Amino acid sequence: MINYIIRRLLYVLPVLVGVNILTFVLFFVVNTPDDMARMQLGDKHVTQAAVDNWKQQRGYDLPLLWNEQEKGLQQLSKTIFFEKSVGLFVFDLGVSDSGRDIVADISQRMWPSLAIAIPSLIFGVLVNITFALLLIFYRGSILEFGGLFLCIALMSISGLFYIIAGQYFVGKLLALTPISGYAPGMDAFKFILLPVLIGVVGGLGSGVRWYRTLFLEEAAKDYVRTAKAKGLSEIEVLFKHVLKNAMIPILTGIVVILPLLFMGSLITESFFGIPGLGSYTIDAISSQDFAIVRSMVFLGSFLYIIGLLMTDISYTLVDPRVRLD
Amino acid sequence: MLTLLWTDMAVFALIIAGLFVVWHSRKKEHLRRPWLKVFNNSIGVISLTILLMFLLIGALDSIRLEHHKKLPSGELSEHTETLSVLDIILTPLRSHVEKTYSKPFAHQAYAKEMSVDSAGVTRWIYPPLVYGGAHLTNPSDKQKDIAVKALQGLGIGVLAWFGLILTLKLFCKLSFVVNSKGISNCLLTLLVIICLVAVLAALGPYYHVLGTDKVGEDVLYQAIKSIRTGLVIGALTTIVMLPIAIVLGLMAGFFRGWVDDVIQYLYTTLSSIPGVLLIAAAILMAQVYMANNPELFTTVEDRADMRLLLLCMILGITSWTGLCRLLRAETLKIREMDYVVAARALGVGRFQLLKRHVLPNVMHLVMITIVLDFSGLVLAEAVLSYINIGVDPSTYSWGNMINTSRLEMAREPIVWWSLTAAFIFMFTLVLAANLFADVVRDAFDPRAN
Repeated sequence: MINYIIRRLLYVLPVLVGVNILTFVLFFVVNTPDDMARMQLGDKHVTQAAVDNWKQQRGYDLPLLWNEQEKGLQQLSKTIFFEKSVGLFVFDLGVSDSGRDIVADISQRMWPSLAIAIPSLIFGVLVNITFALLLIFYRGSILEFGGLFLCIALMSISGLFYIIAGQYFVGKLLALTPISGYAPGMDAFKFILLPVLIGVVGGLGSGVRWYRTLFLEEAAKDYVRTAKAKGLSEIEVLFKHVLKNAMIPILTGIVVILPLLFMGSLITESFFGIPGLGSYTIDAISSQDFAIVRSMVFLGSFLYIIGLLMTDISYTLVDPRVRLD
Repeated sequence: MLTLLWTDMAVFALIIAGLFVVWHSRKKEHLRRPWLKVFNNSIGVISLTILLMFLLIGALDSIRLEHHKKLPSGELSEHTETLSVLDIILTPLRSHVEKTYSKPFAHQAYAKEMSVDSAGVTRWIYPPLVYGGAHLTNPSDKQKDIAVKALQGLGIGVLAWFGLILTLKLFCKLSFVVNSKGISNCLLTLLVIICLVAVLAALGPYYHVLGTDKVGEDVLYQAIKSIRTGLVIGALTTIVMLPIAIVLGLMAGFFRGWVDDVIQYLYTTLSSIPGVLLIAAAILMAQVYMANNPELFTTVEDRADMRLLLLCMILGITSWTGLCRLLRAETLKIREMDYVVAARALGVGRFQLLKRHVLPNVMHLVMITIVLDFSGLVLAEAVLSYINIGVDPSTYSWGNMINTSRLEMAREPIVWWSLTAAFIFMFTLVLAANLFADVVRDAFDPRAN
């Protein structure tokens, strides 16, 4: 087990190196720091001196990969690649282009993101499983057909619509919750209510269908038929056997997205004005702050890979038949 | 003069690919059977008909004609403008531009304005619209007039439909590929579509059926023009993504060893980067590039087209990993099957083996993925346009419509029609695509047979 985890962790490294090189190429080679400076300072009427100044303030005035003016190891380390990209591996994300400490920003903005993401996930899973079990229970009836059609219809509505409609009806017409905003501590409750509700409703269509397939697969197995043949009622079979055994794929499916909850939801957060990591990223994209976007790309990939690793490990924990060597 | 943008070719490629699939499947029994299953399913036929209707509009919007503008004096100007066939058909909608917002079917503007009447008295009134309801002598007759026009349109629609059926009855045998149930479902859907089009065509020149937007442009026109953008994103992304996914997936599964390792590494790395961020990074870079090389993109249309093309390429590059993984797993299974082992023992080359024995047996996966991904891409466009990393703001798209109408929701009285129009159109297309995908999956899934 320990061996396996170590081996998997070593496998993570080349992937992160790959991500790093890819972002480096995207951000520094396709467009040189000069281009970025011009874009930030306002296209045409920019003097070279202003560009140089901008670059120097942000540490972009070094050569990309090889510094000929330095000696020894400094030839490698006094470069943009080393200073801006290698630092990411030890989570030294540096400062944003507007001069703020990115690590401090992230550790502060992580919490509002989690305050929305965790309840959305928990309630989403519970509601989805309930509806999926109902669909299975009424298998073959008009209720199932209608339910499935409703699922497809819900899936076909853009996520933006749920947010806009939710804000309009719940927030503006009924005035049950604030339309947007956020407050720290217990006051956050009324602000996260609507985003969580919309998150749950928005994921309903695809979620119910996904859990339904899981349950159907389980319900088609021999032991379920045996259980029914022995005279167990439909409800007993569903809850004691199907649900219990389907928990394995359900749990592992949840584990893989757990680390990514930190990243927050881009759209929800920016619509509701929640100061989380999602809106942080959106703001960075719209103000073209390359340092933040680069850090978030790295963080996102890192969390994704951790999620994959956790999934593999959780398989061994919930299913004793799986052995990792 | 006919002009062609890069993305126009994508629409035509989509049509040609569709025709090829039909032509190819007609001869092969194992492909004909699932397709017949799709045609026998009423939901399948109805959604397919709706999708084809959207495709027709997209195709009409992709045939562009360059012509000289007519000056008010009646002479032709030196400047040319490019109009698509759809633009020409929709001329009444396109040219009826009001001053600013107006409600659906309105004959008055949305907001009060200061105006001086003939007697020289200044008043604070709702000014009448330039085009919407301008033919009415008495505005109180509006509802009657709308009903009469709509009924006329409906009548023409029904007549046109009967005409279509008569020509079909006269000139072809109805049961050539599909049985009559499929055809009748298709015809019934067509009846609804034709009637809808006829009613809109009857009302369109006299009213703004879905209102007008901030600069007074007809919302119905915008929504119809956005169809092409949605189709292009779906089609072009698939064209970019498909070859990468198929080639790499088959190679990884078939050759195994270091080839497999490299390809697995590639897709793990790519899929580990959050998709939206990768797209954002690439679009940001493209914007910098365009800002620094303005000479390469002379017209606004060129720029917008380039950005759409680029967006599709990036979406394609980020979305091949899922299909690649599926194909790799399936190829790993197929390469150990007896008939493949036998073919290899008989000395069939590796390329032939892949082409003859592996590729046809994974095509159902490809088919299912294409149809499933299409609706996701149309929805993704709206979200990306909202973050300003989608299509160019000058391109007609549902995402842009939603994006601009977000602020309009806060106005008093609320401007709801732009948003509603974008959602109705998007919902229809995506719902049809999703339902079709479901039927196709059921028909092509070997486990279901």
